[in-house]
Amino acid sequence: MNAPVAGFVDVGAVVDVPLRGSRVVSSPRGDIAIFKAADGVVFALRDACPHKQGPLSQGIVHGHSVTCPLHNWIISLETGEAQGADHGCTGVIRLRIENGRILLDVSALAVAA
Amino acid sequence: MSEKLVVIGNGMAAGRVLDHLFDMDSSRYAVTLFGAEPRVNYNRIMLSPVLSGEKDFADIITHDEEWYEAHKIDLRRGRTIVSIDRAAKVVIDDSGAKTAYDKLLVATGSMPFIIPVPGKDLKGVVSYRDLDDVNAMLAAAEKGGSAVVIGGGLLGLEAAAGLSMRGMKVTVIHLTSTLMERQLDAAAGYLLQKAMEQRGIEVVTKANTKAIIGEEGSVSAVELEDGRILPADLVVMAVGIRPNATLAKEAGLSVNRGVVVDDFMRTDDADVFAIGECVEHRGQCYGLVAPLFEMAKVVAARLTDDATPTYEGSTLSTKLKVTGVDLFSAGDFAEGKDREEIVLRDAARGVYKRLILRDDRLIGAVMYGDTADSAWFFDLLKTGADISEMRDVLIFGQSFAGGAKADPMSAVAALPDGAEICGCNGVCKGTIVEAIATKQLTDVNGVRAHTKASASCGTCTGLVEQLLAFTLGDGFQKAEVEPICGCTDLGHADVRRLIIAKELKTVPAVMQELEWKTSCGCAKCRPALNYYLLCDWPEEYEDDGQSRYINERVHANIQRDGTYSVVPRMWGGITSAKELRAIADVTEKFNIPTVKVTGGQRIDLLGVKKEDLPAVWADLNQAGMVSGHAYAKGLRTVKTCVGTDWCRFGTQDSTGLGVKIERFMWGSWTPHKLKMAVSGCPRNCSESTCKDIGVICTDAGYDILFGGAAGLHLRETELLCKVTTEDACIEHIAALTQLYREQGFYLERIYKWARRVGVETIRAQVVDDTERREALFQRFVISQRTAQIDPWAERVGGKDSHEFTPIARLEIMEAAQ
Ligand code: SRM
Ligand SMILES: Cc1cc2nc3c(=O)[nH]c(=O)nc-3n(C[C@H](O)[C@H](O)[C@H](O)COP(=O)(O)OP(=O)(O)OC[C@H]3O[C@@H](n4cnc5c(N)ncnc54)[C@H](O)[C@@H]3O)c2cc1C
Ligand code: SF4
Ligand code: FES
Repeated sequence: MNAPVAGFVDVGAVVDVPLRGSRVVSSPRGDIAIFKAADGVVFALRDACPHKQGPLSQGIVHGHSVTCPLHNWIISLETGEAQGADHGCTGVIRLRIENGRILLDVSALAVAA
Repeated sequence: MSEKLVVIGNGMAAGRVLDHLFDMDSSRYAVTLFGAEPRVNYNRIMLSPVLSGEKDFADIITHDEEWYEAHKIDLRRGRTIVSIDRAAKVVIDDSGAKTAYDKLLVATGSMPFIIPVPGKDLKGVVSYRDLDDVNAMLAAAEKGGSAVVIGGGLLGLEAAAGLSMRGMKVTVIHLTSTLMERQLDAAAGYLLQKAMEQRGIEVVTKANTKAIIGEEGSVSAVELEDGRILPADLVVMAVGIRPNATLAKEAGLSVNRGVVVDDFMRTDDADVFAIGECVEHRGQCYGLVAPLFEMAKVVAARLTDDATPTYEGSTLSTKLKVTGVDLFSAGDFAEGKDREEIVLRDAARGVYKRLILRDDRLIGAVMYGDTADSAWFFDLLKTGADISEMRDVLIFGQSFAGGAKADPMSAVAALPDGAEICGCNGVCKGTIVEAIATKQLTDVNGVRAHTKASASCGTCTGLVEQLLAFTLGDGFQKAEVEPICGCTDLGHADVRRLIIAKELKTVPAVMQELEWKTSCGCAKCRPALNYYLLCDWPEEYEDDGQSRYINERVHANIQRDGTYSVVPRMWGGITSAKELRAIADVTEKFNIPTVKVTGGQRIDLLGVKKEDLPAVWADLNQAGMVSGHAYAKGLRTVKTCVGTDWCRFGTQDSTGLGVKIERFMWGSWTPHKLKMAVSGCPRNCSESTCKDIGVICTDAGYDILFGGAAGLHLRETELLCKVTTEDACIEHIAALTQLYREQGFYLERIYKWARRVGVETIRAQVVDDTERREALFQRFVISQRTAQIDPWAERVGGKDSHEFTPIARLEIMEAAQ
């Protein structure tokens, strides 16, 4: 039986992600970057820039965007889309915050991968 | 026979329910009211004015003795309920007495959260919740001395302000970097901190309490995680609250964070209601009074069998009750793609306003310094009114936006002649307009020269430009200053000048005082500001890692595949068997794919996995090697040649001098990278003539060169001066570097800076003016005191460990077999 593991998985505490920073969740299907914006909102994207797969987790977070460390594309943390003149989109991973913990939607990840 | 209503908790929520209940039906219930506090009901939110001395307790009583008598309420003050027996429908108090109920209302409020540090139970450690706490604080304040308030939220700041007005020396310690971070954004938090500091209250942010220290059972100091000790005769813990729901939980009622209630404020027992801070409604717990006032109407209705009103949650707004501080925040002020923000900063008046819009509706507002329009904004927010018609002028408030349509430019036009434009120099509109006309001025510089307007802090420059445009029409050409980025109209030069002139020492301070147009900057301006602050306030400013490019944050160079390269320092290009052996060992141990000799006379280990970095560094540190800063906008390499040690042409000890320079100058941050070289003779084998700073040794001494380049542009160096000793050589080089650090724009190499300010002016300051040179040299030495810490060793020691380890590893992604 092929039953994909469904639902949300606890990947850590919100306080463990630095403000205006990010952390990586490693997975066999590629890394996921968890971001925390200056206002405390948490986001998750695939850790690969739509340009040349740069690790977005290593970028500078400003507003609800991150600047890719390799060639400075600016990616929206909300939609995963490149901003301005650049085009491309990286996958957004759904998440929930419960009792200060971050829960990632891994089923979506498995399908999308 | 009237029904029996028992109320647990005689606080704000209970009082309000009873007010409504008696209004609706004064005879239906016989009420028994249990209050753990030994007094009648009072307005808890006015405790702060009692603490500060602005009010007496008598002023804040909401329900006096007569009221309880008039409504025949059996008030059991000082009595705590210890359990509820729902099967028997009785409550049991701390004397063991049982009281029967038909309907029960739980209104137990919340409990101050006490952080579990050693010393929390010492005498002199208090929380801030009720009159007893205030009395304890007042008793301590009588004796004077110092108070430490743990927690820079609403309660903590009110306590701090009160204690300070009572004559104590107060320090507030706060966990995050800005005060009230849940209600305010960084800019408003900065202004608030400034206002507290102006009251003589010291604010220590990013401070974690490690322990409370006592002497003979009484508190004497607070120890922070970083080792600092703050003396304290009184410690107020105001770090948060949690719903007081234990009683309900033990009675078997459904409790999450708070007692769970439905839209009628009913618990899962039809005869038990709950209200106030102890409840959780639709997943939300509240810590303010507005929601409980709304809840109270619903409870009262329900108790009189009126099922029409329901409670559907509240939109919250916060005001801080510290006299002289105007602060308001409401709604949701997070940023987002579907949201737009409008920011207004008036540095002269200390005003900051930020509105968040979504789909032409106001969803959040933060205001500091001028909250006159808060009610109007809060109303727009709650009603969700469409604001598209007045969007452009919305931020100017009701009188402006609510009235006839107007655009910001005509707002300047409409100002009376007497309106002050430049606060620093007291220049009004009429004076400027007249000067423009009579002196035929065409630009801001002209206005500055003739009226002084915009000549000091410069924040009115925008207004002056608008006046020029308004007076000259199309004849006005705005001066072309390239702004740092889209977040500001100011260029690097103005920002650097103003940071010093206005003594701005944090990123939020710069953004507020210089009227940044975004709330937290971008990837262009933040690294620049971080550098400027680091350079200008070396011993005070704390580096902001999140404003640095990844390489400088993790102290290695990111590669195209996401791995990193590691370049240890090889002082002056000199290495040893021990170092080479360590490099070889580390290469094998961590399977590092490439080892390369760089163009900078040292060795690069390429393709290191990020997670391995700290372990790689630990091994290199073991062999005595430190970071080569191959990633830094800072000192990179000092290349040398073999000089008098070996070379048949060598005139001076070029290797030794290069090593000395590198050891003295490593760790310094500069506007862009800084590369040097020392050659032993004019044959110039270390390529000194194309470096940022180069030295060529001669029989007569040392030629100091600067402003070379061999990257995107090719440029030969200029001669700075000739000196005769190594010491003089080092002093001139350090002074030159310091001048570049203080004047250079972020990402401007030395050759570009020299072209901008002129080689002559640099020589005049570094060579001709001895005093200036010595001062520059001293400032460099001072900033090196805190700069020469090996970043690798720090991280091997655990700093920023979150950077190097994934927060989680998922292994469950594959479908089950
Ligand atoms: C490793 C090295 C090449 C090599 O294999 O030898 C190198 C590698 C890089 N150089 Fe370089 N440069 C290296 C010596 C040089 C030199 C020669 C020198 O230092 O004597 C130059 C010309 C001299 C100069 O700087 O003017 C040089 C001029 C540049 C430039 C152009 C700078 C300019 O303003 O014109 C860049 C781009 C930049 O900085 O924006 C650059 C940028 C880079 C970066 C950092 C590209 C980047 O932004 O990621 C490369 C990655 C480094 C890494 O380790 O991952 N590199 N680069 C050399 C490291 C030297 C060291 O030990 O630290
Ligand atoms: C110093 C201070 C300033 C504040 N300022 C503001 C402000 O500016 N704006 C704002 O909106 N809010 C403010 N608040 C919050 C506001 O006071 C609370 O939201 C409000 O008081 C909550 O009402 P409540 O009835 O739920 O709880 P409370 O008013 O705390 O009442 C609960 C009562 O129940 C009693 N009790 C608890 N357990 C038992 C038991 N088992 N048996 C008998 N009695 C019990 C307690 O002793 C307490 O008297 C402030 C709070 C404080 C402490
Ligand atoms: S020359 Fe270009 S490709 Fe080579 S290391 Fe320097 S920046 Fe990279
Ligand atoms: S890989 Fe992200 S910008 Fe090139």
